[in-house]
Amino acid sequence: MKPLEGLLILEFSQFMAAPTAGLRLADLGARVIKIERPVKGEAGRQIAIRNIFVDGSSLVFHTINRNKESYAADLKNPEDLERIKKLIRQADVITHNFRPGVMEKIGLDYASVKAINPRIVYCVVTGYGNKGPWALRPGQDLLIQSLSGLAYLSDTNDAGPVPFGLATADMICGAHFVQGILAALIKRAKTNQGVLVEVSLLESTLDLQFEVITTYLNDGGKLPQRSSLKGNGHAYLSAPYGIYQTKDNYLSLAMGDLNKIGKTIGADLSGYTEKTSWFDNRDEIMALLADQIKQKTTAQWLGILETAGIWCSEVLTYEQALQHEGIKVMGMQQQVTLPGGGSLSTTRCPIRINGQKLYSNVAAPQLGAQTEIINHQFNLL
Amino acid sequence: MKPLEDYLVVDFSQFLSGPSASLKLADLGARVIKIEKPGTGDICRHLYTSNVILNGESSVFHAINRNKESFAADIKNEGDKKLIWELVKKADVVMHNFRPGVMERLGFDYASVRALNPSVIYGEISGYGDEGPWKDKPGQDLLLQSLSGLTWLNGNAGGPTPMGLSIIDMLAGNHLAQGILACLLRKTISGEGALVQVSMLESALDFQFEAITTYYYDGKLPQRSEKNNAHAYLGAPYGIYQTANGFMALAMGSIPQLGMLLGCDGLLTYTDVAQAFHQRDEIKAILAAHLQSNTTEHWLVILQAADIWCAEVMNWDTLMQHDGFKVLDMIQEVQMADGFKYRTTRNPIRMDGELFTSAKGSPKLGQDNQKIINEIKS
Repeated sequence: MKPLEGLLILEFSQFMAAPTAGLRLADLGARVIKIERPVKGEAGRQIAIRNIFVDGSSLVFHTINRNKESYAADLKNPEDLERIKKLIRQADVITHNFRPGVMEKIGLDYASVKAINPRIVYCVVTGYGNKGPWALRPGQDLLIQSLSGLAYLSDTNDAGPVPFGLATADMICGAHFVQGILAALIKRAKTNQGVLVEVSLLESTLDLQFEVITTYLNDGGKLPQRSSLKGNGHAYLSAPYGIYQTKDNYLSLAMGDLNKIGKTIGADLSGYTEKTSWFDNRDEIMALLADQIKQKTTAQWLGILETAGIWCSEVLTYEQALQHEGIKVMGMQQQVTLPGGGSLSTTRCPIRINGQKLYSNVAAPQLGAQTEIINHQFNLL
Repeated sequence: MKPLEDYLVVDFSQFLSGPSASLKLADLGARVIKIEKPGTGDICRHLYTSNVILNGESSVFHAINRNKESFAADIKNEGDKKLIWELVKKADVVMHNFRPGVMERLGFDYASVRALNPSVIYGEISGYGDEGPWKDKPGQDLLLQSLSGLTWLNGNAGGPTPMGLSIIDMLAGNHLAQGILACLLRKTISGEGALVQVSMLESALDFQFEAITTYYYDGKLPQRSEKNNAHAYLGAPYGIYQTANGFMALAMGSIPQLGMLLGCDGLLTYTDVAQAFHQRDEIKAILAAHLQSNTTEHWLVILQAADIWCAEVMNWDTLMQHDGFKVLDMIQEVQMADGFKYRTTRNPIRMDGELFTSAKGSPKLGQDNQKIINEIKS
């Protein structure tokens, strides 16, 4: 039995951050119903990457919204709103990511919902919190990355700001949202009272940087200094941390005893015996290592370095990685069955419970696919 | 009242992944006791970033381990082991991030702990799971980024570019916290215990679930743009651009509309929506050249009036001066037992309108031994 079985979650949320939280809760056993406007549905259905659509909705939507149900309702229509309120009375959690003020206008803000269901766990994702000069700005991943300082941590100093090439703010905020929702449910179990949970993309993206921001706050406010060498892995870590070109490919080298690493690789690092120099002279050291590393193939280096117990790895593409036994053995790939027939391959929940991997073959719902059933089951008509 | 107020977490983990999870649990109200090796403690205490030493230890350790207690005990010494068992027996959560097999040898594996504490939630983080050819590899962030395909998503087209944070550690820690909380909820209601396992590898793949699902679908590797790359799978204008006085991010807008708004005639001819993806390198080059002709503020005023998603690019200096940041109250000051104070970030979650702040700094190695031993004996 999955840990969240028996929980009912209504997801008014759109796009990515909050729906990824809904997906995680669904995989952990909750029943998640998306409340979507008729005809168009969640806006994320039309947001595609590489312009790929499956059964009328984007592949991204399918990826984020599998294992959920869909209930179509127009929140501006009084009859539909009445049904939604009846559903809310029977729900444990509702989530939304509207901008501040929208739910107040509809009459589904926390105070109003709590009046309908005093035990509701009411959960909101915003871009920047609900006050201050940024509160009404669009909460979009790249903008949050750009405002939060995150763009100054990767690649080289000369490269200017370089964003993380995935919706990192959305993903980390969704992860915190899940924690807030679950902690609130624990609180409710003890108090029998409703709880309000709020997270924002910006606060989550600052939390993601907590190690390096803490360093900045206590080192006299030095901004991150990235290496001038391509492939450097972390602005705050010493040599050799980074990716190096080999004779035929690439090699990653993590932290370790530089004296030993230099000797094993055959680079003369005799000028850098002081540990502090491993950071202060990082670029020179990395250049010396790079000169040696490009003389041999990745396989040769792995043989030499792994034998010596030095932390290193090859650098794989999806083609190489997903075929590799090291990944295949995880059983991360799963198939979902599309309502109209056919199937899609995607990844599963990354958490294992009692040794069990959590699989689900339920695909993302077609818009309003469960409206009739839910009307009936929850006695909404 | 904090949600986890009466829960005890006994944490054997070190470095970042496990301890970042127990920090989340601590901020949500749990009492977290770090079990540390006498003499050295959590190796992270001396894993410095940019040579910064705060009160004798690494700034990173202070960031990750505030709001926790430290119990120095030798897990291989019989007397100490008895004391640890007393803690483990009454723990709600026991967690570690040793490599597969180590806890079995030390005697605190799930089966042994559950035998004496049946409702325990036992959490563990490994690098690569407990089977397969990689199971004994070091679970280190850069290696996980390199093995999971992540390095081909960042930076411009060319070689691999890592994400410049220990992102996989952070994700695995967050996933462990999720799994522990889900099972703690069930335990609170029904008393049932559970084993929760995550690995950095599964977390790294989950992080890329959009891109990997796309790869499963079309079999094509990610292609980053030549310049101004921000997402390998998105078309122009998605990216960061240099202006006359800084940088700005631009996340949407049809190309001809941007051409009109920005007064950039070169963009007007890209009227087919598909061109934004297929010809993104040339579109981005035109846009990049044009945006350098005026200031960030100038462009943002025009674009924001048209509801185009855009923003200035800030570093921490400019960010922390801004009211948009200050209003969040994201920074807190904490104090160690010896009086040393430092500033750090707080937990990112708000509950019932309140912040989960805590004034308690990181513990000195073994600073809570006497108190804990007294508690055990009383």
